[in-house]
Amino acid sequence: MATQHSRSAARIMISPAVVLLLAWMIVPLVLTVYFSLLRYNLLMPGTERFVGFLNYKLFYQNPAFWTAMLNTLLLVGGVLIVTVVGGVLLAILLDQPMWGQGIVRILVIAPFFVMPTVSALVWKNMFMNPVSGLFAEFSKAVGLQPFDFLTHAPLASIIGIVSWQWLPFATLILLTAIQSLDSEQMEAAEMDGASPLSRFWYITLPHLSRAITVVILIQTIFLLSVFAEILVTTNGGPGNASTNLTYLVYARSLLNFDVGGGSAGGVVAIILANIVAIFLMRMIGKNLDA
Amino acid sequence: MGRITLDKVTKKFGDVEVIPPLDLTIEDGEFVVFVGPSGCGKSTLLRLIAGLEDVTDGEIRIDGQPATDLPPAKRGLAMVFQSYALYPHMSVRKNIAFPMKMAGMPEDEQKRRIDNAARALNLTDYLDRRPGQLSGGQRQRVAIGRAIVREPAAFLFDEPLSNLDAALRVGMRLEISELHKRLDTTMIYVTHDQVEAMTMADKIVVLRAGNIEQVGSPLELYRNPRNTFVAGFIGSPKMNLIEGAEARKHGAETIGVRPEHIDVSASEGTWKGRIGVAEHLGSDTFFHVHDTGLAETLTIRASGEVGLRHGDTVFLTPQADKIHRFDAQGLRIA
Ligand SMILES: Nc1ncnc2c1ncn2[C@@H]1O[C@H](COP(=O)(O)OP(=O)(O)OP(=O)(O)O)[C@@H](O)[C@H]1O
Ligand SMILES: [Mg+2]
Repeated sequence: MATQHSRSAARIMISPAVVLLLAWMIVPLVLTVYFSLLRYNLLMPGTERFVGFLNYKLFYQNPAFWTAMLNTLLLVGGVLIVTVVGGVLLAILLDQPMWGQGIVRILVIAPFFVMPTVSALVWKNMFMNPVSGLFAEFSKAVGLQPFDFLTHAPLASIIGIVSWQWLPFATLILLTAIQSLDSEQMEAAEMDGASPLSRFWYITLPHLSRAITVVILIQTIFLLSVFAEILVTTNGGPGNASTNLTYLVYARSLLNFDVGGGSAGGVVAIILANIVAIFLMRMIGKNLDA
Repeated sequence: MGRITLDKVTKKFGDVEVIPPLDLTIEDGEFVVFVGPSGCGKSTLLRLIAGLEDVTDGEIRIDGQPATDLPPAKRGLAMVFQSYALYPHMSVRKNIAFPMKMAGMPEDEQKRRIDNAARALNLTDYLDRRPGQLSGGQRQRVAIGRAIVREPAAFLFDEPLSNLDAALRVGMRLEISELHKRLDTTMIYVTHDQVEAMTMADKIVVLRAGNIEQVGSPLELYRNPRNTFVAGFIGSPKMNLIEGAEARKHGAETIGVRPEHIDVSASEGTWKGRIGVAEHLGSDTFFHVHDTGLAETLTIRASGEVGLRHGDTVFLTPQADKIHRFDAQGLRIA
């Protein structure tokens, strides 16, 4: 894009895509904001009227609101910690020359191709079920009470399931980053007397910082809107214990048929996402600069 | 102290023997250069000494102490890599401090050594930059700085100048030679550039396919190459090797004459030929002479400008006492 001419040509060329994308985003956004200002209940058709910020007030005063807010952040934070730490360790492991490397790599990536609903159901019924699940069998085998994961630790269980789904993504990105580490740098550090742990800390980890940033940013976008896993496992319960913002919006608009309230929740979710994004960019965005 | 002894050192990658059993002694304070064609095992040999590769067989001793099984950091050697291998996310200061930090050296001692090294290598103004903000020559100096602060028993260089442009290469060559004079520490230097080898070395080790072909001072190798390989490898341009009837006249299978030991004349001489390409370097002129009936081409070096041009017929006379004679195995006949 060196010359004035090529710059303006580039602008004209990309404008259809930009306009389409803008419409694609603006129309639903505007509609959501509009609905959020209406009294709009599907059980009472024809009674829609403008109520100002009442929906927001009700959403905010809902006792489930703060729980959902906290759960959303816990879910995002928990999964990020598990996947980044686990991803770094797995990537280092997969980078070691070993027998059957190709097969192992494919196995590690596999969870990413399983649909969220399916994997959550598999976890719920085959692993975590307190009667017939594998974990219950293990507990019984060593003589312990089976633990009912989804009842007694619902949020932690969902964090586990979602982490399992996202670990391959993190591993894959971090593995390619590790492979681009110059082996002479490692050897230089070895000659400089760095122990394996200091080599990891001073050479590998700084080298991975950019890839870790990318993993965190991309995953956050998707983790803020985790829904299917909650729907098929706990339904947000027991009580509100595993309700996040997305699930609360769903419960409002489709279980209570309150489109107005749901839309207000949607707008709150957008605001939360932006706050998180600003925080993240402040904290780790500088890693993306060359 | 830095006396390094290799005793029957062997290296195999799988079934491929890259270094057959090899003996070599490097004296304390010596500047030793490993030269040889690409793929002959120079880097492998250096990495064996450094401890970055395990020896398959044989023993390495440093100052008389067995070092074969010591990890790299314990051998007291410092290495400068071809790609410099600087740590990109650390400042120059932190790069240089890294080995000392790993050794747990006190801060003020670290600072003193960094300042000394920076002054010696003209890096004082760049200490707070990242490697990415330095030129190739400066990066090279940082890599050397990182090596000297450890005060190692010996320095290992693996083609450290091959990424630099010609002018910088000459400059850095001098700087490394000066560094060696000042520190008086053993240095092992790998290159395939025989000019670097000739100008820097106390002792040259010529390698071919992992075998040592000859060890000696640059002039020894130049004057008395042990075989045709060394004869062809040391010296620039290459020595002319002549086989057949002309060689048998001298009682040898092959004779060798260096380009600078052949006199050129337009009117008379032993051999007759036609000039192909003439390379004018100003101080010297190299003629590639064809149709002599001795070899494909003979290279001749004439000093300064000679009034000869492409296509001219010339007569060549080798200087009788500068003819090297080799037997059927390519070994020198004394
Ligand atoms: N890790 C390895 N596995 C198998 N073979 C190797 C390995 N490293 C080197 N070799 C082989 O060993 C031989 C010597 O390699 P080495 O790198 O020592 O050559 P070199 O003399 O340094 O060449 P250059 O001047 O091109 O750097 C080569 O034939 C190379 O293919
Ligand atoms: Mg090499």
